[in-house]
This record gives sequence, structure tokens and C-alpha cells, in this order.
Amino acid sequence: MLKEYRTISDVFGPLVVVEQVDQVKFDELVEVELPGGDVRRGKVLEAAEGRAMVQLFEGTAGVDLASARARFLGKVMELGVSGDMLGRVFDGLGRPVDGGPPIIPDARLDINGDPLNPTARAYPSEFIQTGISAIDCMNPLVRGQKLPIFSGAGLPHPQIAAQIARQARVRSGHEQFAVVFAAMGITFEEAEHFTTDFRRTGAVEHSVLFINLADGPVIERLATPRMALTTAEYLAFTRGMHVLVILTDMTNYCEALREVSAARKEVPGRRGYPGYMYTDLALIYERAGRIRGKPGSITQMPILTMPEDDKTHPIPDLTGYITEGQVILSRELHNRGIYPPINVSQSLSRLKDKGIGQDKTREDHADVLNQLSAAYDRGKEARELAVVLGETALTPVDREFLRFADAFEREFVRQGEDEDRTIETTLDIGWRLMAVLPRSELKRLSDRHLARYLPSAGG
Amino acid sequence: MKGKVVKVAGPLVVAQGIVGAKMYDVVRVGEQGLIGEIIELRQDRASIQVYEETSGLGPGESVVSTNRPLSVELGPGLIQSIYDGIQRPLDAIAAQAGEYVVRGVNVPGLDRQRRWEFVPTVVKGQAVTAGDLLGTVQETPLVQHRVMVPPHLSQAVVAEIRSGCFTVEEPVAVLDVAGKSETVSMLQRWPVRRARPVSRKLPPVVPLTTGQRVIDTFFPIAKGGTACIPGPFGSGKTVVQHQLSKWADTDIIVFIGCGERGNEMTDVLLEFPELSDPRSGRPLMERTVLVANTSNMPVAAREASIYTGITIAEYYRDMGYDVAVMADSTSRWAEALREISGRLEEMPGEEGYPAYLASRAAAFYERSGRAVCMGNPARDGSLSIVGAVSPPGGDLSEPVTQATLRIVKVFWGLDDRLAQRKHFPAINWLLSYSLYTSRLDSYYSDNYGPAFAANRTRALAILQEEAELQEIVRLVGVDALSPQQRLTLETAKSLREDFLYQSAFHEVDSYCSIPKQVKLLSIILSFHDQAGRALQAGAPLDDLLGLPIREQIARSRFVPEGERGSLDALEAGIVTGVAGVRGKG
Repeated sequence: MLKEYRTISDVFGPLVVVEQVDQVKFDELVEVELPGGDVRRGKVLEAAEGRAMVQLFEGTAGVDLASARARFLGKVMELGVSGDMLGRVFDGLGRPVDGGPPIIPDARLDINGDPLNPTARAYPSEFIQTGISAIDCMNPLVRGQKLPIFSGAGLPHPQIAAQIARQARVRSGHEQFAVVFAAMGITFEEAEHFTTDFRRTGAVEHSVLFINLADGPVIERLATPRMALTTAEYLAFTRGMHVLVILTDMTNYCEALREVSAARKEVPGRRGYPGYMYTDLALIYERAGRIRGKPGSITQMPILTMPEDDKTHPIPDLTGYITEGQVILSRELHNRGIYPPINVSQSLSRLKDKGIGQDKTREDHADVLNQLSAAYDRGKEARELAVVLGETALTPVDREFLRFADAFEREFVRQGEDEDRTIETTLDIGWRLMAVLPRSELKRLSDRHLARYLPSAGG
Repeated sequence: MKGKVVKVAGPLVVAQGIVGAKMYDVVRVGEQGLIGEIIELRQDRASIQVYEETSGLGPGESVVSTNRPLSVELGPGLIQSIYDGIQRPLDAIAAQAGEYVVRGVNVPGLDRQRRWEFVPTVVKGQAVTAGDLLGTVQETPLVQHRVMVPPHLSQAVVAEIRSGCFTVEEPVAVLDVAGKSETVSMLQRWPVRRARPVSRKLPPVVPLTTGQRVIDTFFPIAKGGTACIPGPFGSGKTVVQHQLSKWADTDIIVFIGCGERGNEMTDVLLEFPELSDPRSGRPLMERTVLVANTSNMPVAAREASIYTGITIAEYYRDMGYDVAVMADSTSRWAEALREISGRLEEMPGEEGYPAYLASRAAAFYERSGRAVCMGNPARDGSLSIVGAVSPPGGDLSEPVTQATLRIVKVFWGLDDRLAQRKHFPAINWLLSYSLYTSRLDSYYSDNYGPAFAANRTRALAILQEEAELQEIVRLVGVDALSPQQRLTLETAKSLREDFLYQSAFHEVDSYCSIPKQVKLLSIILSFHDQAGRALQAGAPLDDLLGLPIREQIARSRFVPEGERGSLDALEAGIVTGVAGVRGKG
């Protein structure tokens, strides 16, 4: 029999303090029942003798001191998982919201997970083809990687994420693939974009959705990514599936974290975010990867909007230090009407070297990547120079590079929202564009590859 | 009597009534016996930082002090190990608990079963004192482990010495210390927060060769020196650290992955056994100790991990070895310090970091140095520290970078603009510095000829001039420059692309010996000088720049170490090439 306490002494922000408690554990799950029968869930942030500080996921609105009752459940927050979760929609705390039957759990798992032992990890090395040239060729994604999208307000990250979720595939064989999607504080319209897109393409059948909308409980967002990742770990390492996890928008998650920290009057770090935000984010992002000897994998694609497009803001900054690269969207490209507006020079995939080349993509991939990026950078430099001095001041070679940069953005980076390019198509476009440059400038391509892949002039 | 928990808040636990509680003693918390360390005492209450996840822990649970400070086990078996922040072998954890690091796993730092062949170097009746060698163990084909008299025993006489195969706990010697007999095994313990003693420290005078051109030639670090690598994410800190671990000419490498990515540690684990030491051809792992506390592992253990690593390093230094510690990243250590400090409700200093951040960082780096080791035979050892710093937003004015810069002598400033232009290692040559250059110059001139230091100074001056000339180019265009200035720009470009740029992934280019570095630099400067003289004699610049020999200069960094002789021919080729242009003009 669980004890109930009617001894709530303080309510502030998302927190309540319960007095005269006995045997309370840190991180324990708590239910607070309001007089009307409404039950809120929370967890213990601080367990002291006779006193517990509890964070309520669904907010404290309506909690009173006189009659609200707190029950300590003697266990940490868990999620009942099962293969039947595929195709279903849940709220941010893992309760079905699609009108379907409740899930009969196959296992109940602690949503916090445990850190994966580095000696048990397998190094990610299988190329995932997303069908987007700016990613596949320039910043390739591999299975088990965590690659965030750094976006800005008003940029088309939902479209890009949906396109990746739809098109992502591994080039060898047919394996079970699943998408786990966690929405934290995004708008109804943005969420709708994903769900409609998943339904339209049939992707919904192998997807699990956790939705916390902008008007949903703020603190619930702290649990949502953990729900999603617990599900993903079950699907990947118990069921052997290849799981792509999309977390959007991590900026809202971090703001919820700051809200709790401020309510606890903790000493703030940069810009008011708590000093432990790095650790907290790492606990989420590090739940990606592969395990030696197990078939499944978790690939993470968190999305965050950079306040003022500033990548030195604490949220993108700390994220970048944990994740294995980043895909940065550019407002400039977006304004020029280029979709997807991926800033190829600033984006980075740290695991690319192990995922590309002969047998994985194509032998010329690394060379093409290097040459395209060098030529594009040079073209952009020429463009800057042309702005200052006028195009006539450029040397003839620089003018070639400028034309190349324009063509690169127009034909290589830009593609349709439904255009699914194979890596061969992508590389061939790259070769076609490089053919306009003087051959003596193509220093990063080997003679063998030049002979084999470079389209002949006029051809 | 046992104490009991009165409060749990994340990694911080407050307990009451621990008998004999002392600062920095290790305690066992709760039923699972979670490992913690006392970091504050207020009357009867002790604040404890717990090295494992505290979820599910509550008031009323017991706390027992071990009456011992946080210590590491030292002895044969350290090399090739991979430890978490408090010296638990990760493979042993995996064997016990599976793929995840769960709580309450209790495994010793050194294998208790394994036997090592102990070869004594002293005889019965010999007088010995702290630090004296008792015998040796071939720990790996690369490392001979030297078993020493523990630092707390002095003025002893060997009463018994054994030889043969023993586990680390079995006695190998009995010493008679002032009438009392002390048994000595190969296993020693040492508290991590205290530096191991040396006889005396020495100034660093020998370079730590890394095979990285920008480091060895321009911003060298000495054996026993300290360096820091600050840089925003994506600027290649980790690759530089890995390159140093691979190629630095030390006997032992201790690599501390402090709060970094799990996959990165896996990469090290998979790659190091495959890579071979350039001097011996043996796998690099045979001289490496790894301490891995990834970012998702408990935060308090992250704080301890750098101390665990450096204590192991000191132990090998005491044997008379050159040891290098790579700490990636000290910012994560500082953040762990901040997190604990915040939970203790201490008054914060800058950006929430505790006021003692700078003094703790200084105390850590000061454990480096070249030293005369204690005991006989007389020997020198050195401990060099290279710490990566991850400044938020690449802002070098932040507290961790500033606290580090005040203490370290070498600064390799990584620049994300260079990284974006795919210039690696992205060490900015205008920002970086090394305070060891003047100390090391006599070593360089004795070993590699007097031109070395002069060439470095000239090359840096050319690069500095390039920065100024580029300002002009940006304002008024390249046509405003004189041919001589344009030649300077070309030479600077050549320095950047053919010398400073070094591919970590290219078989040959990954490592460049000092003699080859000397040669490459002198080739580039020799072209500059001769072309400069030709310009003055009226030769057209474009003809000089069009010389086919320049293509060869650009490729010279790919010349394998074994064929270094061909570079002399190249240098001679420059003379004839330039003379040819002069002749025409």
C-alpha cells in the first residue's frame, strides 16, 4: 500500500515541495492527485529527510496546498515498450493519443537508460543514403551517428527532416527500419507536416511518434526525448531494427531545462542555462550508436533552431561538442530559393571517412568531396571579391570558379523535396559541374579517377 | 558506526554521522555500495560526490567510510588497459554487467589472477630506499615495468627477494625497515589528488617530437612541458590529440577521454591496436593507457578522471620514462567541477565556475615536468601534459581557457576558419606560441644544424607579412602589389599548403621526421630567396612561378622518410631552374 501525503508545503514554477515524507528516493516517480481527480506525474529532484522536492511534468496549475495528495511510487519513471508501438502516436509522457488501445508492454524500461560501455560499441561505418546530395556526398551520414540539423526560425528543417526520414536507406539489402519521432514544443502545423507526410508515404507503419506541442506541458518536454530513445533502444537492440530518431526541437527542451533550474534557484551558467546542460544533453545524444554483435542501430537526428542564427549560442554550441558533426542551414541560400538550404562549407560529418569509398559508396567519393568543397570555397571567395571590386577585377580562372559556385548551388545543392538521388547520381552531378573548371585546377582528383569519371569536354 | 544519508540531489549526497570522516576520503553509499568521495564537512554532516548514478537512492540509507582517500592501483597491467574515471577496467565491467555501464559494479584496477615474471635487480642484504628499483617485469614488448620501493619506505635493507611468476598481490620482497619487516608486492596504491614525489625537478630542454610540422618546427613542446589546444567544435582538437598520441616520441602515453564522445573512444580502442609505433613497429597500444569517462557517464567520475590519469602517468615517470598525458577535454573537467560546486551552493566566480577553478587547473598542470626520480639507479623521467580546451562558442576569453593559458607554456590555437577551409591541423600560426622555443634552440642547432631556428623566424615573418599584404589585396586588389610582394604571397601560400598543412590520414604525410621538416622548410625558403634575387635581376615573376620545380616542391611532403635523399636533388634543381629563367631574362 502506497502512502499518500497531504503535506505539500510549497508550489513554485514547475516544482512542489512535500513535507514529512518517509523513505523517498532520488529520481523516484511521483503522482500528485488534485481534488478533481486529475493526476499529474512528476519526479523527485531532491530527496532529503522528511522533505522532497518534486518536479511535475504536466505543470503545477491547479495544485493546492490543502487537498492535493502526493503518492511516491517507489520506482523511477518507466516506459512499457512493445513492438506494437510501431504505427502509434503518444503524448510526451508515452500515453497513447491516437484513440488506439493501450500498449501491452513486452518490457518496462527505465527511461533514463544506462551509459553504453565504450568497449561494447561498434564503430559506425555503414553509409546511409538520404537521397540529398548536400548530405550524401558532402556530409555523409552513417548508421549509429548523431548528426543534428542546426536551423533557424523560418527555415525549412521540417521538410528536410521529413525527406530524410522518408528516403533514408542503407545500400545493402533489406533490413527492418523504423523511425522514432519526438516532438517537443513544436507547433501543431509543424507536427502536422510530419504526421501527414508519414501517412502520405506509408512511413507511419514503421514509425513511433511522441508529440508534445507548443501548448503542451513545458516540463513534459524533459521526458519526451527519453521516452523516444527508450523506445528506440528497445527496437534497435532487442528487436534488431535500424532506428532513425528525430528529436525536434531541442531548443525547446533546453528552455524547459532552464525553467526548472531557475525555479530551483541554481547558479546559472551561460545565458541562464544550467551548468549541467552539457551533461544533460550528452545523456540524450549519446544514446545513439551500435553494439558489437547486435544487428540493430540507433541513428539520431536532433533538430534545433539557433536563436538569431548564432551557432555560438549555448544550445548549438554544447550540441556541437557532443554530436558527430552538424548540418547547418543557411538563411542566405534559403532566401535565394535554394532547397535544401544546406551550408555545405560549415556543415560537417565527423564519421564520414569510415563510411565512404570503394564498396561503401564509390571509390571516387572522398576525392570528389574534397575537390567540390575546395572549388566551392574558392568560388565563394571570388564571389566576395567580385562584390567589392566588381566581376571584371577577377582573374579568368577566378571567374570560372565563381560560375562553378553558382552552378554548384543551383544544380548540386538544390533538389526537389521528393527528389531521391542515388549516391552515383550525386557524384555524377559533381563530376559534370567540375568539368567546366580547368583541368590543372583539379588537384585533389587522382589521374585514374579523372580518366574514368570526368565527362569529356562538350560531351 | 555507519553514517546515514540525509539528502540526495543528483550526484551530491549529504550524510550524517560518519565516524572518522575526513576530507577526500572514499565512502560507500547505500545498499549498492556506490563509490563516493567526501568533499565538504560541516560539523556532523559530510557532502559526498558520488561517482555513480544516484537514482533510487534515498535518505536513511547507510554510508560507510573506507578511511582511505581516492586512490589508484599501480603495478604491472596498467598498460593496454582502458579504465573509467575511477580506474575500473571497462572490459571487466562489460564482462560482469554486459553492454551498459550499470551501478555498483566492483572491479579492481589491476587483474588479480594474472601472473607476471618478476626479475629482481637487488640482492639480499642490500640497502635500499624509497624509489629504488627492486626488480623488473616485461609488461608489454614495449614497456619494461620497474618495480620500485614504495615512496613511504626509506632506509631499508632487503631481507628477502624472490624471483619468478607472481600475481600483483603476492609478495616479491621483504624489507627490513628500522627493525620492522615490510612485505612489498608489485601492487602499490597512491591517492590521486596528491602528486607523487620526485627527487628534484629539472628545466625542460629536450623537445617532445611529434612528427607534426606546425608543432615541431614552429611551436614545439618540451619533454616535461605543458600545452593546451583550445578550439571550437569541429576545429580538429581530437584529431590533433590522436596524432600526438600516435606519433609523440615518448615511452608511455596516457590518453584521458574526459567527458567526450563514446564513438570517439571506440575509435581509439579499435585504431590503436592496429597502428604501429614508428620506432619499434609494435602496436601503439603496447605503450598506452586509456582513461575513458564519456560524456554520458557520471559527472563526478569525470572530475576524478584527469587525476586518475595523471597519477598513472607519474608512476611511469618515476620509473624513468618519458610520459605524455593527453587530456581531452579539460573543459569537461571544469564543468564537472562547476556542477558539483553549484550543488554545494558555493558562491560562484565567473560564469558559474567556482572561484578555485584556476588554482585547481594550475595544480593539475604543475604535476608535469622533467625530474630526477627518487631512488637508485639514478634516472630522469618526464611528464608532459597536452590539454584540450573546448571554449564555448570558440570564445577564448572564457574562464577555463584563461585559467589554462596562465599556466601552460605552449598555446596551439585552433581556428575554425582554417578548419572550414580544410586546412589541417587548423593551428593558427599567427595566434599560437611556444615559450619553449628559446630553451630548445640549442638542442635543435646541435642536432639539426644552426639554420633551423633562423629559418623558423624567417618563415613566421613571411606568414605575418602575408596577413598584412592580404589586407591590401582586399582593399585595392592584387595588382597594387610589387612583384617582390607577390612572391612573398606565393611563398606564404607554399608554406601554408606544402608545410603547415599536414594530412593526418595520408600514410606518408601523417608523420614527418625533424630532418625532413628541416629540409622541407629550407627548400621552400631557398626557392623564395633565389626567386627574389632573380626578380631583382629583372626576371619576370610569372616565369618563376611557372617553373615545373614548384610542382615538385608541392609534392615533397609526400616523399617517404626512406627517400629523403631525393630532397637534396630537389634543392639543387631549384638553383638550376631559377638560373634558367634568369638566363632567358
